[in-house]
Amino acid sequence: MQHRVGRLVLPAVLIIASLLVAPALTTGAPSTSWDAKACGRVGGTLIFGQAQDTVSLDPNDIEDGFSVNNTSNMFDTLVRFRADSTQVEPSLATSWNVSADGLVWTFKLRQGVKFHDGTPFNAEAVVFTYRRQIDNKNPYFPGSAPYASFTYQNVDSVEALDASTVQFTLTAPFAPFLTNMAMFSTAVVSPTAVRKYARDFFKHPVGTGAFKFVEWVLKDHITMEANKDYWAGRPCVDRLIIRGIPDNTVRLLEMEKGSIHMMDQVNPPDYDRIKKNSSLVLFTGPGLNTGYIALNTKKEPFNDVRVRRAVNMSVNKAALIRAFYAGVGRPATNPIPPTIWSYNDAVKPYGYDPEGAKKLLAEAGYPNGITTELWWPNRARPYLTQPQKIAEAIQAQLAKGGIRAKLVTYEWGTYLAKLKDGEQPMAIIGWIGDNGDPDNFLYVLLDKDNAVKGKANNYAFYTSEAVHTLLINGQRVNDQAKRGAYYRQAQEIIHSDAPWVPLVHAARVGAHRKEVQNFTLHPLQIWWLHRVWISK
Amino acid sequence: MSQYLFRRLLELVPVFFGVLLVVFVISRLTPGDPAVVMLGEKATPEAVAQLREVLGLNDPLPVQFFRYLGRAVQGDFGRSIQSNERVIVDLATRFPATIELTFGAMLIASSVGILTGVVAAVRQNSWFDGISMFVALFGFSMPIFWLGIMLILLFAWLLGWFPISGRLDLTVDLARITNFYILDAIAGRNWAALGSALRHLVLPAVTLSTVPLAIIARMTRSSLLEVLRQDYVRTARAKGLAERRVVLAHALRNAAIPVITVIGLNVGSLLGGAILTETIFAWPGIGRMVVDAIFARDYPIVQGAVLIIALVFVIVNLLVDLSYAFLDPRIRYG
Repeated sequence: MQHRVGRLVLPAVLIIASLLVAPALTTGAPSTSWDAKACGRVGGTLIFGQAQDTVSLDPNDIEDGFSVNNTSNMFDTLVRFRADSTQVEPSLATSWNVSADGLVWTFKLRQGVKFHDGTPFNAEAVVFTYRRQIDNKNPYFPGSAPYASFTYQNVDSVEALDASTVQFTLTAPFAPFLTNMAMFSTAVVSPTAVRKYARDFFKHPVGTGAFKFVEWVLKDHITMEANKDYWAGRPCVDRLIIRGIPDNTVRLLEMEKGSIHMMDQVNPPDYDRIKKNSSLVLFTGPGLNTGYIALNTKKEPFNDVRVRRAVNMSVNKAALIRAFYAGVGRPATNPIPPTIWSYNDAVKPYGYDPEGAKKLLAEAGYPNGITTELWWPNRARPYLTQPQKIAEAIQAQLAKGGIRAKLVTYEWGTYLAKLKDGEQPMAIIGWIGDNGDPDNFLYVLLDKDNAVKGKANNYAFYTSEAVHTLLINGQRVNDQAKRGAYYRQAQEIIHSDAPWVPLVHAARVGAHRKEVQNFTLHPLQIWWLHRVWISK
Repeated sequence: MSQYLFRRLLELVPVFFGVLLVVFVISRLTPGDPAVVMLGEKATPEAVAQLREVLGLNDPLPVQFFRYLGRAVQGDFGRSIQSNERVIVDLATRFPATIELTFGAMLIASSVGILTGVVAAVRQNSWFDGISMFVALFGFSMPIFWLGIMLILLFAWLLGWFPISGRLDLTVDLARITNFYILDAIAGRNWAALGSALRHLVLPAVTLSTVPLAIIARMTRSSLLEVLRQDYVRTARAKGLAERRVVLAHALRNAAIPVITVIGLNVGSLLGGAILTETIFAWPGIGRMVVDAIFARDYPIVQGAVLIIALVFVIVNLLVDLSYAFLDPRIRYG
């Protein structure tokens, strides 16, 4: 698996890099990686059961993965992620170029595309979609637009140069900009439909995507039908139904009975049950996430790097993965998962060595070890399948290294608020990648800009100047080779300073019935289903 | 009577004001910012600041409360922070699901519970009495989650008699007008939908009925035993009435008051939602809605839902009180 992904990523990296290096270089490759997957059979109804029903169907107004799985099948973005990686390729934009100073991005739009309501897709729609998100005084502001400040960071203005050309001007060069334009929240909406339904657009979604909206039965299911005029060719199935079934066991029973075709969030103890069932398939692949322990570098004794390293040496990651991830997952060494380009292979993990940890603690002035708290979130996350059990196991492991930690937990909302205030000595937390860019992990989670009490995302309150310089440089240049060098160097410094104990990169897991063909779960764990077909 | 009714209804006003105020204050005092919860790990400072402003969370609390109150009296309970849906619409779609489930469960619980209780009382200390009261105790202590999964495994997965989860087959078309699927199906003479809705209702209703069933059975038994010891029952028996008539016509009516009270209390609490049953059976009721909303700090939903639950509770209690007068002529309201 690793090998296969690696082979695919390298050429893709080179292509994208070549697009980015040369200023004002135009590309015009219309074929997409998704089209390589042909439909073996057309027709039928595909039913996907996920752990929650959608919250809203307005792609500009959502943040949860369950809603994203719905909108991503109905809407398109300017560029899109390739079928098997987080590299981007043309979608509603057929080509683009960036000015020499990295400030002006110009997109050529696909001609002849129509929204599901017949409205022609054009530059005006792109500008409309942007404006309704960034200005909460806009009459069509969707309600909260929670991702807008992330996806459009550094965007100063967006202009329609003509019907099929749109131009984004940035305030500062920002290399991850292009990948952000592939993110779900930038999906282009039909201005006609938004004007018609106004605040109720979230239940009358109209996009250009592979499926058209039919019906939403609240907290139950959403029905979509094939968009037969889809610009990239009609989807293989006639109908797509996405059901919300909250209990993981019940969802599996439904799939075994055949009342749903596919499901997300399988309980790790059920992996074997699925593998043994000849009518089911378990899909696993590397995940784009990192579970870690943040060590509060502004609090004693974790302001001493020797103590932080000692914690790293006390945790046996392989044992955690065997016990709580059914062996599917990868021990983490760096903050970013190995599926992201610029991952630094040269960094060697601290290795499990409780005796060594004790010695280091003694060196740091704690010959009898330390007494502290380990915080854990009382909510299962993709990177933290069984929070309490994992926390208890880590507590036991730490004790062997001379670190006596009391377990502390809070309800999720309270937990995050307290972490942002920096009340924690050590806290288990994690991150799920949004767009596959290293900046999306390293800058967001470990830069000093994000270590401000009360609103921090850098829960270790790690404020290395050297790392900050590298990360800002990584944002300013578009040359991916140069960016990669900055990020690899940053990972080395971070490893040495040890503000985290990187724990695990949990696998992405999904399951489906054997008759479901052509399905691979995308690294971003978004269920794009337009190329999936049913064999009987 | 009508004066009494009027007074009781008038009491609703301070009750609602109190409920609104308490829920409003408690939800605001709970740590955790809706903007942070909504964004989760992704809560960047800019995003949180923008969201807080949009959601009107930066205004002082009294301003927020009176703005809410002013709109609420006009029937506008605001929009969900998460979905943007009007709270009233959310409630109108999900509360019927809860009512259907509650009535299904209480139908089973009351009929089976009262019957069991009566037989157990009449045959006190018999094998039936012993076993049924043991089973009732068992039913009361059984974890709902485990019971639900077991019922699904046996009757849906293995035997295939009932569907596993949901409210209706995906292949069945139903015009959802009231969102009471059974009523909608009957009104539209859509027998396929009616059958599907009823089949979907059975397992969750049975699961949900176990606890109230056990309470009702035990309450009926003990209340009836007490009445059966009273003088007037002895008199009735002495004048030669058949035992069946003594029990059903004379004793049961007097024994019914505590039983009705228990049923009323249970209806009230079940209408507040049954989070576990709703989760297992993917039943789109109000219980899951409230809990999700609390976790998400979706204040408008929490406020609207708690208000409607309080309303229902008060009304059910009123009906129970009124039924006392019907059951026992000695009780008069005036």
